Amino acid sequence: MRKIDEYRKIVGDEVIDELYMLAEKLKHVSIQNINSTSYGGGVAEMLSAIVPLMQDLGLKVRWDVIWGDKKFFEITKKIHNGLHGVDVVLTKEELEYFIEINEKNEKLLSKTQDIVFIHDPQPIALVRKKRKLKNKWIWRCHVDFSTPKKDIWLFLKNFIEKYDASVFSAPRFARKLSIRQVLISPSIDPLSDKNKELSPDFIDSVLRRFGIDKEKPIITQISRFDYLKDPIGVIKAYRLVKKYIDCQLVLAGGGAADDPEGKRVLEDVMSEAASDKDIFVLFLPPNSHLEINALQRASTVILQKSLKEGFGLTVTEALWKEKPVIASAVGGIPLQIAHKYSGILTYTIEGTAYWIKQLIHEPEYAKRLGKNGKRHVKNNFLITRHIQDYMLLFLSLFNSSDTIYL
Amino acid sequence: MEPFYFYTRITQVELLGISAKNVKELLEGIKKVPSSSIYHHTHRYLEQHRYFSPEYPNDFSYWITNNLGLKALGERIASVDIIQFHDIEDLRRRFIEILEEYVSSATVLRNCIPGEEFRFLSSRIFILPTPFVAKNLKEFCECLRKVTIHSVYFHMFEARLRLKKPDNDFSCWLRDSGYTELADKISRLDPYTYTLEGLRKKIISLIEEEINKK
Repeated sequence: MRKIDEYRKIVGDEVIDELYMLAEKLKHVSIQNINSTSYGGGVAEMLSAIVPLMQDLGLKVRWDVIWGDKKFFEITKKIHNGLHGVDVVLTKEELEYFIEINEKNEKLLSKTQDIVFIHDPQPIALVRKKRKLKNKWIWRCHVDFSTPKKDIWLFLKNFIEKYDASVFSAPRFARKLSIRQVLISPSIDPLSDKNKELSPDFIDSVLRRFGIDKEKPIITQISRFDYLKDPIGVIKAYRLVKKYIDCQLVLAGGGAADDPEGKRVLEDVMSEAASDKDIFVLFLPPNSHLEINALQRASTVILQKSLKEGFGLTVTEALWKEKPVIASAVGGIPLQIAHKYSGILTYTIEGTAYWIKQLIHEPEYAKRLGKNGKRHVKNNFLITRHIQDYMLLFLSLFNSSDTIYL
Repeated sequence: MEPFYFYTRITQVELLGISAKNVKELLEGIKKVPSSSIYHHTHRYLEQHRYFSPEYPNDFSYWITNNLGLKALGERIASVDIIQFHDIEDLRRRFIEILEEYVSSATVLRNCIPGEEFRFLSSRIFILPTPFVAKNLKEFCECLRKVTIHSVYFHMFEARLRLKKPDNDFSCWLRDSGYTELADKISRLDPYTYTLEGLRKKIISLIEEEINKK
């Protein structure tokens, strides 16, 4: 289990001291996180990193997971898709079943918790117990949605407005709501396997394992095999570069084996890559964090040529590794990259190819972009800032003024 | 000499659920959002990009230029001299004047691409004490080297515009401690034209000059 003090060497004493100071103000407050799964997926990953660190800071934080059966999770999957704008139909019976399972989970709640922190839509209806328990309630939306289906949004809104505050990951997810909406960006953990420093020997061994030549420039995109990540566009950009520079392309990522679309994308990518020995299409198992980390660290340039993106944590990870990143100006990427300062923002395959060549030819400039990018991530998108935001959120539930003296 | 207690501040950003797709809607939004929102959109850059001065010093000018493609209007909004304003409400009025003038003369109002709307945010600040206390000019200079840039920001920007003090905290304390000339020099700085690290360095160099005089 990692300790909060281990982050001092990364973010500096003043940041950690401030966290302790905030934690001190919350030492009598008990906080209960509730979500729908203890492993797999970004929310569980975030909670399993953040909750122990908050406990280490002296907070009385716990994390509970609701129970649900297959039918319930099929309904919540539909809700999730509806939030993404997919045309789904939820019957009255399904909505009632959703509420019924939430009711069955009410046993998780107790008056002893001062703050109930609900993550995502699955346990959202637990808030019906709020009036009886008289505690503070927060709903954190981790889903990246901007055009939800109206009836699904209205169904959820009915519950959301019972909360004291809501939390969203990006400004574009804001809605007209009668309750406070707080902005908290996602974060990465610099000490996790995905992001920690690696020895050159380990990085070399990963390259050897995949047959990648460390002497030739390596262009990399890490993402699951999905059309929205535009892997074919990445190959086309690489081909434009390859005419002038002898380089390699690594397309690495995972994807659910039972996802029919993922399989199709992977096949398309394989056929597009065809007989080019310098294109490495790596379909990696879900826990390949160290390998991904090594591939990023070995790269000359990292791409994220997505057509649509949530926050784009793969960009955050690449910037943290001080790499020059070329990415599309979609989703949360412009929040992370200031064009020509901390990375490059492009809109087309040709533009991407142009900048790949520039960055390979101008390693000093590329290095400067990487340095600035890392500094931006350090200041804004690390787990310590996420913890700080959560503590401010808890404190703000008890004080509504614009300026709060602690 | 009264000691100077260094404070720092942390920001919590809130979403207001108000957006604009053209200049008219931006104007309507600027008229109705709380003053903390105007403050946020004109000061956010200072802390987020602490090592370089961005081309667009406020979110309004950035959006008008890049998302609506209105370069001249963007430049007018960008060049509003924030240091001249002692009250956010006056600053808000200035933006309203410029935008109203534009809207009344524009024949067509250009909309941004869907998804690129301007989203109004606001911020809440949490003020915390730090362990740094200065009892004389030398200690003050030492503390200034060690505090976070958030502390520099708090005492230079927040005190004046948001907490409505007559001057920045450093100048107020220096004046009370008899360093009137130094206090005036710091007051005369336009902090918006420095990066926060640059501003820290500039203030330190002014204090060092004062110390070396003796």
